[in-house]
Amino acid sequence: MSTSDVVTGPVVTGIGVCAPTGIGVETHWQAVLAGKSGIGRIERFDPARYPVRYAGQVPGFSAQDRIPGRLIPQTDHGTHLGLAAAASALADAGVDPADLPEYEMAVVTSSSSGGTEFGQHEMERLYRHGPSWVGAYQSIAWFYAATTGQISIRHGMRGPCGVMCCEQAGGLDVLGQARRLVRLGARLVVSGGTDASLCPYGLVAQLSNRRLSTVDDPARAYLPFDVEASGYLPGEGGAMLIVESADGARDRGAGQGYGVIAGYAAGFDPPPGSSRPPALRRTIERALADAGVTPSDVDVVFADASGVPEDDVIEARALVETFGPGSVPVTAPKTLTGRLYGGGAALDVATALLALRHGVIPHTVGPTRLAPGCDIDLVSGEPRNTGPRTALVVARGHGGFNAALVLRRSGSD
Amino acid sequence: MSEFTLSELKEIMSASAGVDEGVELDGDIADVAFADLGYDSLAVLELCGQVERRYGVSISDDAVAEMPTPAKAVEYVNALLAKAGV
Repeated sequence: MSTSDVVTGPVVTGIGVCAPTGIGVETHWQAVLAGKSGIGRIERFDPARYPVRYAGQVPGFSAQDRIPGRLIPQTDHGTHLGLAAAASALADAGVDPADLPEYEMAVVTSSSSGGTEFGQHEMERLYRHGPSWVGAYQSIAWFYAATTGQISIRHGMRGPCGVMCCEQAGGLDVLGQARRLVRLGARLVVSGGTDASLCPYGLVAQLSNRRLSTVDDPARAYLPFDVEASGYLPGEGGAMLIVESADGARDRGAGQGYGVIAGYAAGFDPPPGSSRPPALRRTIERALADAGVTPSDVDVVFADASGVPEDDVIEARALVETFGPGSVPVTAPKTLTGRLYGGGAALDVATALLALRHGVIPHTVGPTRLAPGCDIDLVSGEPRNTGPRTALVVARGHGGFNAALVLRRSGSD
Repeated sequence: MSEFTLSELKEIMSASAGVDEGVELDGDIADVAFADLGYDSLAVLELCGQVERRYGVSISDDAVAEMPTPAKAVEYVNALLAKAGV
């Protein structure tokens, strides 16, 4: 088969970041390279009486400066972040949606919590004052699909729109869906996610899975793969990505973009107590096969990095069984942000694309001693300038979701 | 008897449904359709809710159809307040 016969996957032509590592692609990337953490004491409410008091929060975000005034009281903080990130991603891609056919632009975002902070505010009005005090916008602001809908309306995108609710795996699943829509003829898909559930109601809901770390030190609470791993810290924000067909991007003069979505697979774990193995290894293998690459082609793995010891061992084992012990660099810059749920894997993909573009594998801040059973080459201490061309991003969502995505640097075969 | 005014409507709209940059709620908006001001039917429903709470009156959801513009909304609310003897 000659090179011209190779079916090229869709490309990512624009990235918008609103994350604890900062607002904007460059700010985020510099924070990641510098190992600058966005985790601190929760500021959106007083967390003193809660067992988890630290989280990754987007620094200096002002909705007034970034989204239309009308949308501020109508939507949740998570949607504010999503609207801002989507607008940045479109600008980064050099797209003016008004120039494209409205039914050929799609929006698919990942959401894990919906508009919980908005919802909590309205519920307080309900039980303090009565039903007539609940604002009309509660009817739409708390939806999982609210961010997708608001992006669609704001930018006049009337193609296939949807939301995927697969907890932390959702940020990869939306890119799998974006690829499917591009294959079906969509010209452009706004994809990614920005969850924000740092309100009392949202935090208590998260606590119910018993996986959050209660270690009272922001630098030691989230240590995936480490002997002292104690769970994870939550965070808000994420990234939005613009996905286009390679031909479409070339035709409008957008070049080759950040990278190619070369392969994707999803899997679901067997029920607790089953004798069947976790789905992660098979999911990774299927994503590699889908991309037409072998394990030795993969230059870096962006890990799910749960921070829950048994989950870390499952992930490390899947990577060792697929790649061999310590034979591929593994990294988890998400220790700088906490787990961002619907936005987490989307931000990992953004970081992976930047790593491919710049030829640098960012390091993982926090873990120092690998736990028994975690025989991986965890990149720590400082970034590695190894010129990666192919990256695997792994994500798991609470409840059994598994997803894996293979990215290739633009211009590499 | 209370009278509901255009300035009160503007105040409620900017607090509850927000204001876009470039929308002059202070300008001569009385006869401009809500849709052209950037407000959908939910914004008008929200306006009704606020009026209900301030004046202790009840407004049917169907009333939204009677309020295509700020002037018509003020007229409708005042008629309602007069009828209710507020």
